[in-house]
Amino acid sequence: MTTNAIEAHGLVKTYGEKRALDGVDLAVARGAVCALLGPNGAGKTTAVRVLTTLTLPDAGTATVAGHDVVGDPVAVRRVLGLAAQDATVDGLLTGHENLTMIGELHHLGRKRAKERATVLLEQFTLTDASDKLAKEYSGGMRRRLDLAATLVAQPEVLFLDEPTTGLDPRARNDLWDVLDELVAGGATILLTTQYLEEADRLADDIVVVDHGRVIARGDARSLKRQVGGDQLRVVVADRADLDAVTAIVGRIAGHQPTVDVGARSVVAPAEGGTSAISALADALTEAEIRVEDLGLAQPTLDDVFLTLTGAPPEADDDAAAVPVSTISEEQR
Amino acid sequence: MSTQAATETPTLHPARPARARGTFVSDTWVIARRGLIHMRRQPEALSDATIQPVMFVLLFAFVFGGAIAVPGGGSYKEFLMGGIFAQTIVFGCFGVALALSNDRNNGAIDRFHSLPISRASVLAGHAVANLIRAFLPIGFMTIAGFVVGWRIHSGVLDVLGAYGLMVVFSFAMIWIGVLLGSLVPTPEGVQGVAFVVIFPVTFIASTFVPTSTLPSVLKTIAEWNPTSSLANALRHLFENPGGVTPSSGAWPLQHPVAYTLIWAVGIVVVCAPLAVMQYQRSIKS
Ligand SMILES: Nc1ncnc2c1ncn2[C@@H]1O[C@H](COP(=O)(O)OP(=O)(O)O)[C@@H](O)[C@H]1O
Ligand SMILES: [Mg+2]
Repeated sequence: MTTNAIEAHGLVKTYGEKRALDGVDLAVARGAVCALLGPNGAGKTTAVRVLTTLTLPDAGTATVAGHDVVGDPVAVRRVLGLAAQDATVDGLLTGHENLTMIGELHHLGRKRAKERATVLLEQFTLTDASDKLAKEYSGGMRRRLDLAATLVAQPEVLFLDEPTTGLDPRARNDLWDVLDELVAGGATILLTTQYLEEADRLADDIVVVDHGRVIARGDARSLKRQVGGDQLRVVVADRADLDAVTAIVGRIAGHQPTVDVGARSVVAPAEGGTSAISALADALTEAEIRVEDLGLAQPTLDDVFLTLTGAPPEADDDAAAVPVSTISEEQR
Repeated sequence: MSTQAATETPTLHPARPARARGTFVSDTWVIARRGLIHMRRQPEALSDATIQPVMFVLLFAFVFGGAIAVPGGGSYKEFLMGGIFAQTIVFGCFGVALALSNDRNNGAIDRFHSLPISRASVLAGHAVANLIRAFLPIGFMTIAGFVVGWRIHSGVLDVLGAYGLMVVFSFAMIWIGVLLGSLVPTPEGVQGVAFVVIFPVTFIASTFVPTSTLPSVLKTIAEWNPTSSLANALRHLFENPGGVTPSSGAWPLQHPVAYTLIWAVGIVVVCAPLAVMQYQRSIKS
């Protein structure tokens, strides 16, 4: 008997020539939150589809809550909750009808399903919209309803495929709060994301995938350590000051900075964190240098990829190009 | 977020609900009910099933009613009704094709398949919803027909037979719809097939004019077209003009009811397994 809620060994899934999954191993302990982090086309959705029995793997094995995804898919479906990449709420049903239907298909019975729907709508602050058609919901509301739908039958393992992609920053923050609550409640969650920031914020373990392979794993801190942690970054107003600033940053960071003349920026790894920043601010003021921007930059997924693979992540040809390092602000 | 959510953790209560036993039948009904709600809330789809057939009845009865002669005499309005019933029933395949195609494209099928239900119930639910929906236009057309002067001259058993035949043929058309919905990747594609294939099929038939008025090749096609035989069978069972052609014509013209039933059974026997296979292929990957 395994203690892991999710286990996968050597998962392979090919689409024609394309190896969407190329030997993926996963182990997620009960109650843990694991983030699959990778650019568009990395194979995140395919991994989720295999683990949720929507797709058969070509090779490898996987269990969810101890049930084999190939051998006993119905048992797996009984214990999982899935929020697919595109929120699959039913636009022609009201919020309440959506959740009731899912409850009925989980065989709660119509009455119990309705009660459960009411409770969940309240928990996700959708009570006011419970009798509105879901197609009239905002992007954030749809995501919340979708998430509520995954919780109808109180699943043991949750799969959330890019739960915040396409949300505006406010809606994303709301959703993060909801996910925090789920985590506090002890849910086992496998989520996928393109953003290191999000993986960092939500997950205990981060598994970095690219081209269907796991290229790194660990917690956010250890991943960031691999790329050198936080970066001090200064943008000067006048290009003539670059040399002076480079000297100052180099002294305070204790590392040779990287200078981008075009961007008028000077960047160096910062070990001191916030104390380094105040020291730098003082030094710059003293030298009377006009600064346009000064800050501590977190490594992005781009940096992680650069360090891990020596190349920036290439979005897949057949996948839509979505910025990888910055969270897209666009609304669905 | 509500603070209350933090105290009432939304997941992972160790006490899992005692589940009533779910059955194929109840799952199918849940999905069928959803399909019916969808129809009610999609005015376009609903008008296909209500306003459109009624419009056809009114248009043809009043615009062409005087211009088209029925062989052997008789009222064109009475001839017309069997044709419009038949055409609407054949068009019925689009309801299920569109619904299935929409579900495949918006992730609903994936959602259903991640639930602990029999996958067959998704398909069965669509089929049941569309069979129920088929009654709607039949009812509306019956009323519209009576309003414009259509009359039934046969006995109760024949009338029951006529409506029974409509239900049977509606059931057969659902499987063509499932096949279509699984083969054609997008809802737009389904619409395209409607205009390019099914629309002509319902017109090169005895739907609005007797087949004897058509030029030779079209005439032969029309005589063997099941839309014609369905229309003629209904005319025959309602004792309206244009039902059974006396001995000289093609076999379907002489035995419209039998020929229509053969088609219905044939469609189900051939299309249902194909449709289920194609559906499974379309949802795999
Ligand atoms: N049904 C499919 N048919 C063909 N190729 C697919 C299919 N699903 C995924 N792929 C391909 O597999 C790769 C991984 O896709 P996916 O798992 O969706 O990536 P991610 O979710 O990380 O963006 C991509 O190159 C994608 O084009
Ligand atoms: Mg994806």
